[in-house]
Amino acid sequence: MLNYTLRRLLFAIPTLLVISFIIFLILDLAPGDPTGSLPLTIPAEVRAKIREALGVGEPIHIAYVKWLRGFFIYEPLHWLDQMGLVIGDPSSRPRIISFATRGPVVDLLMERIPQTLWVVGLSYVVGILIAIPIGVISAYKQYSWFDQFGTFISMVGFSVPTFFTGLLMIVIFSVQLGWFPSVYDTTLEVNSLGTFWLQVKQMIMPVTVLALFNAAQISRFMRASMLDNLTQDYVRTARAKGMSEKVVVLTHVLRNSLIPVVTVIALGIPTIFGGAIITEQIFRVNGLGQLLIIGIQGSDFPLVQTLTFLFAILIVLFNLIADIVYGMLDPRIRYD
Amino acid sequence: MDVTDLKTVFHTQDGVVHAVNGISFHLEEGELLSVVGESGSGKSVTMMSLLKLLPIPPAEIASGKVMFDGKDLLQMDLEELRKIRGGQIGFIFQDPMTSLNPVFNVGFQIMEPLIEHMGLDKKQARARAVELLELVGIPGASDRLNDFPHQFSGGMRQRVMIAIALACDPKILIADEPTTALDVTIQAQIIELIKELRKKLGMAIVWITHDLGVAAGISDRLLVMYGGFVVEHAKVGDLYKRPLHPYTRALLNTLPAEGSGETRLRSIKGSPPNIGAEPKSCPFAPRCDYAFERCHKENPLLERIEGVHDVACWWDVEKEAPRHDG
Ligand SMILES: Nc1ncnc2c1ncn2[C@@H]1O[C@H](COP(=O)(O)OP(=O)(O)OP(=O)(O)O)[C@@H](O)[C@H]1O
Ligand SMILES: [Mg+2]
Repeated sequence: MLNYTLRRLLFAIPTLLVISFIIFLILDLAPGDPTGSLPLTIPAEVRAKIREALGVGEPIHIAYVKWLRGFFIYEPLHWLDQMGLVIGDPSSRPRIISFATRGPVVDLLMERIPQTLWVVGLSYVVGILIAIPIGVISAYKQYSWFDQFGTFISMVGFSVPTFFTGLLMIVIFSVQLGWFPSVYDTTLEVNSLGTFWLQVKQMIMPVTVLALFNAAQISRFMRASMLDNLTQDYVRTARAKGMSEKVVVLTHVLRNSLIPVVTVIALGIPTIFGGAIITEQIFRVNGLGQLLIIGIQGSDFPLVQTLTFLFAILIVLFNLIADIVYGMLDPRIRYD
Repeated sequence: MDVTDLKTVFHTQDGVVHAVNGISFHLEEGELLSVVGESGSGKSVTMMSLLKLLPIPPAEIASGKVMFDGKDLLQMDLEELRKIRGGQIGFIFQDPMTSLNPVFNVGFQIMEPLIEHMGLDKKQARARAVELLELVGIPGASDRLNDFPHQFSGGMRQRVMIAIALACDPKILIADEPTTALDVTIQAQIIELIKELRKKLGMAIVWITHDLGVAAGISDRLLVMYGGFVVEHAKVGDLYKRPLHPYTRALLNTLPAEGSGETRLRSIKGSPPNIGAEPKSCPFAPRCDYAFERCHKENPLLERIEGVHDVACWWDVEKEAPRHDG
């Protein structure tokens, strides 16, 4: 297993390098000018100066190597510096700087990650926690009213886009009923029961919208996987041994059914970081998804490049994790 | 165990399938009863109905009584029935490749019923599991408990299944074609093993098979099934010496005669009956050489001919005349 993991990690390096280069090429081809959003009164020479200062228009290979160096060497070293482990001279190492804020891109990311993890991550967890029991019961009681109802709800949850459910919830619960705020306040500091309650209130709507969407998908998966397994011969064996229905379903069948579902869940984790771009926009959660949109609108190439590449890393990483987890859950799979 | 008038139907999209049509038989302590009949004759459905192991719905046990230890298994609630399943009656299935749970090691799967029915703790159950694996002839038993089913060959898996079925010292073992999925040499080993275990443990066995040859070698009594009916029932010797039902005769004919050097397998002409409707006539009549008018109008009931020998047929093959006038 360790061998396999190491081999996969080694293979991931060239893959990721190619991906990063492709992202770079595409962004280079993209029209757009980071000075485009500056006031029109700024004369052309000044714009040119600004561009030069930002490093726009450098030959692509130089820009790419600089970015690579920044991402793989300088940023990790900077991180070590901050942990108190200074190696070499920190001031000689330029960090990856955002065109828009002129600040380091990584610091921007760090500011945004907590919101995204809280809102999108929590909704993923909540989604899974609802989806699994629903999938199990729907399959066990196939075609019962519970199953029919669950099928209907998950069809709706799956086919109605989150921007619609999101807006609907805002209209009902913020505008009409006034229960929850429609704008997520990132500056809110949780330090008392009152502020905690406020935090919960502002999270409820975005988390619900996303959780329903996730649950719709995962519960379908869970149901299908359970149905596949419920008709297997080993289930009959378990019953013939005199095991209770609870053991038959929750030990024998569930354990087998979870194998593909866990894989799907693991593969879906990178999308948490990718943020629910649309949901973050609707509820004004300033998370990573929103940051990406702003970066694209402002032609902030270093930001977009770094963020996109991070997603690529996460996707490759969670693919590997999914495979490893699969191997751990299914004894028939042996890597090496 | 006494089974009376067991009827099982399946409600499917294409209508009702009458898989078992009023079957009665009994099983004495320690005896070996073979059930033979071609594919689809309802052997498995009958046996699984006894313990309600069929998926209900689509299956429905329409009528019948299964008396065991003075109680009707079909009237029991699930909790009571569970104690019988695995505890008093063990089951072995046709396909050992799929009958074990792939994600649990065999130790866990053998220990489960021990903990459930015999109230053993983990350690005792483990010790007993080792004993059982040794009993069914798996070498290196204590190490193999931690292996998963895919690490065993087909024959070994069937041995594990047998160990599970025998775990709680059942009074009855129902073996549903335990050797059909295995190759010939392994088949012979499994049959030997069952014989041996029967001698050692003395449980009653219901042995389901296609193979009259095998049945002859091991059983005390035989049930011949056709289209969801028992068509003949006799002691082994009587059945082979004096088969009374045309279907039994046809089955015996399909066995290659000893020393005949015959290599072509003979088959029974025609195809198994359509069981989509409740049978009104003898289900075998369309394929039967002896069929006459009455066979197409009325379904013969099982009737006693002598001692322990029953047959359901209007024609007396020995006298070459209808069994009853009228
Ligand atoms: N789940 C089901 N739904 C509908 N019909 C079924 C179902 N299970 C079995 N049957 C029908 O019941 C009849 C009897 O099947 P059964 O499995 O008992 O035959 P069998 O004698 O055991 O055959 P084999 O030797 O192939 O195992 C078959 O015709 C089959 O089509
Ligand atoms: Mg069968």
